Amino acid sequence: MMRPYTPKDNVQAKAYYTDRFWVAPRIPEEPIPEDDLYAEDIAAVKKQCKILNAYIQRGQLVIYINPEDNIPALKTLKEERGYEMLSEMSGVDFLAERGGFEVFYQILNLGTARRIRVKCFVDENQAVESVNPLYRSADWAEREMWDLMGVKVNNHPYLKRLIMPDDWEGHPLRKTYPLEGDEFAQWYEVDKIFGKEARDIIGPENRDPARVDRYDTERFARLGHEVPRGAPAEMADKAEETPLSYQEEEGVFLIQKLSEENSKVLDKRR
Amino acid sequence: MQQTNKLRPFFENLEFEREDNHMVINFGPQHPSAHGQLRLILELDGEQIVRAVPDIGYLHRGMEKMAENMIYNEFLPTTDRMDYIAATSNNYGFALAVERLLGIEDKVPRRAKVIRTMLLEINRIISHLFWLATHALDVGAMSVFLYCFREREFAMDLMEDYCGARLTHSAVRIGGVPLDLPDGWLGALAKFVNELPSNIKDYEDLLTENRIWRMRLEGVGVIDADLARSWGCTGPILRATGIEYDIRKEEPYELYEELEFDIPVTDTGDSYGRYKLYMEEMRQSARILQQLIAMYDETEPELMAHVPQYISAPKEDIMTQNYSLMQHFVLVTQGMRPPVGEVYVPTESPKGELGFYINSQGEPYPYRLKVRAPSFWHCGILQDILPGTYIADVVTIIGNTNIVFGEIDR
Repeated sequence: MMRPYTPKDNVQAKAYYTDRFWVAPRIPEEPIPEDDLYAEDIAAVKKQCKILNAYIQRGQLVIYINPEDNIPALKTLKEERGYEMLSEMSGVDFLAERGGFEVFYQILNLGTARRIRVKCFVDENQAVESVNPLYRSADWAEREMWDLMGVKVNNHPYLKRLIMPDDWEGHPLRKTYPLEGDEFAQWYEVDKIFGKEARDIIGPENRDPARVDRYDTERFARLGHEVPRGAPAEMADKAEETPLSYQEEEGVFLIQKLSEENSKVLDKRR
Repeated sequence: MQQTNKLRPFFENLEFEREDNHMVINFGPQHPSAHGQLRLILELDGEQIVRAVPDIGYLHRGMEKMAENMIYNEFLPTTDRMDYIAATSNNYGFALAVERLLGIEDKVPRRAKVIRTMLLEINRIISHLFWLATHALDVGAMSVFLYCFREREFAMDLMEDYCGARLTHSAVRIGGVPLDLPDGWLGALAKFVNELPSNIKDYEDLLTENRIWRMRLEGVGVIDADLARSWGCTGPILRATGIEYDIRKEEPYELYEELEFDIPVTDTGDSYGRYKLYMEEMRQSARILQQLIAMYDETEPELMAHVPQYISAPKEDIMTQNYSLMQHFVLVTQGMRPPVGEVYVPTESPKGELGFYINSQGEPYPYRLKVRAPSFWHCGILQDILPGTYIADVVTIIGNTNIVFGEIDR
């Protein structure tokens, strides 16, 4: 019997079942109307650099450019066309299919309330130029992109991990990075605090909160069979059974069990 | 790192050995005025800040990664945990993004829209009251905190009566809302909304002309229009710089096109100006809610969009009709499969522009989901506005930017 093949280049959750004749529909990529403001934006960018593709999707303009043109394109859009705010930028991991990332810059014109997404495709070992001189918000956005996706950024003033700890290994938002973390992530605290040799003593982290260990005398795992806290494992089977009871039945001060007869149900909400 | 010994004083947070007479202070991440897990490394010259480095990531839960491993409906409750002060605005932002991805935005029934808009505005009031309470407490006004929390409690009771939860609401679904309003809820809302303006007046009486409040806020944490635009600041911070930009007006969603409300703007750019905006925004939210109460009765009792391909049928149909049951089973076990493409959908959350970028490859799981959280940029700007201010103002500025860490670290 063969073990089923699991691809290593994308370890994220997969659809359980897909009809092999099913073709996913696509969101229409509409052409840009001639007299639209977006057409003028396109014309302005075209003077500066090459546009690979441009269309309108769900009401927003999408422009594909070459990654080395990001500064001239964004500079034109900012200074000539008034797209003064970089709302968001990040990357999308296409390492498995195409060997790189799609980096997008989501920019906004506050005067006309128009949004453009400028996109470029960056190879795995290629770096994009930092747009920090144009938009200050790129400072943290690029740091986050480097931290979580591993997209390199050139000439960033302070390219340091933003979200993960400084000594982290790997980039967690890549498709090759498993949801529960790789080996480094799973042993991070143990390795750092106690050293690698303590792994066997401490054991892996328990990620199942419902797990019951019948020999555990410290974490309430033996409800109904109590032994003194921290008692040795040999005692576990010999302990006499302690029946479960509720405080209310014993008549604790101020705590009463709800009695159906004596309670009143309101007809209407307050 | 200094070693503990008996000869020199040992303070974990202070570093003394510098030649330029600057002191480096570590602020947080467990500081009560840091409004969450913010660590700030401050370099001080006397009492003046020379350099500030915000360090975030202490509340990182990997929500964007989780989203890639969940079907769309599964991810919705996770969004509660981003801006946990106003959870419905996150739920709604995500639901709207998915609806636009599916192209079913205009199929959401009108009653669902009325309820959603009501919930969004109640959440705005809750969030603003919470902001005012904690900010006043930071600055030293204890009584405002107690008053605001009393009002907030009434608003949270409304949320609780509607969806059963007080903080993590999940009160919105992709394609509508799960429940109709309970009996008597509109009356309770009307009562709350009618009393709110007089309560806001109480807070203003306590604060607006208060000498200490004005001294602590006026001219503190000034953000000018260029810096705000450059740092991607939105919401009250942007509007306090004189730029009138509210997504509810400029790129209307839901029912905001039909509603009458004003966008308060000021051009002082300081903390005091922002405080005034927050107060006025609460009044406007009350005004919106009053209009919505009148709208509710004119709507048909339909709550979820009828799109069998993506959205489960109503419960009655699932229980009585075979085909609806099959659809429901597939949608729950496998999830909906949106078309291939990408959307970026901004909404005006109480704190600013909350945007969801979703890249779909036609799978039941989003290929990439990026949350554009307003607090992220409002926290980043601290490194530019803190230098030059005094250490006593740090708490005012952090409190005034209204950052929440569930949203920054995600």
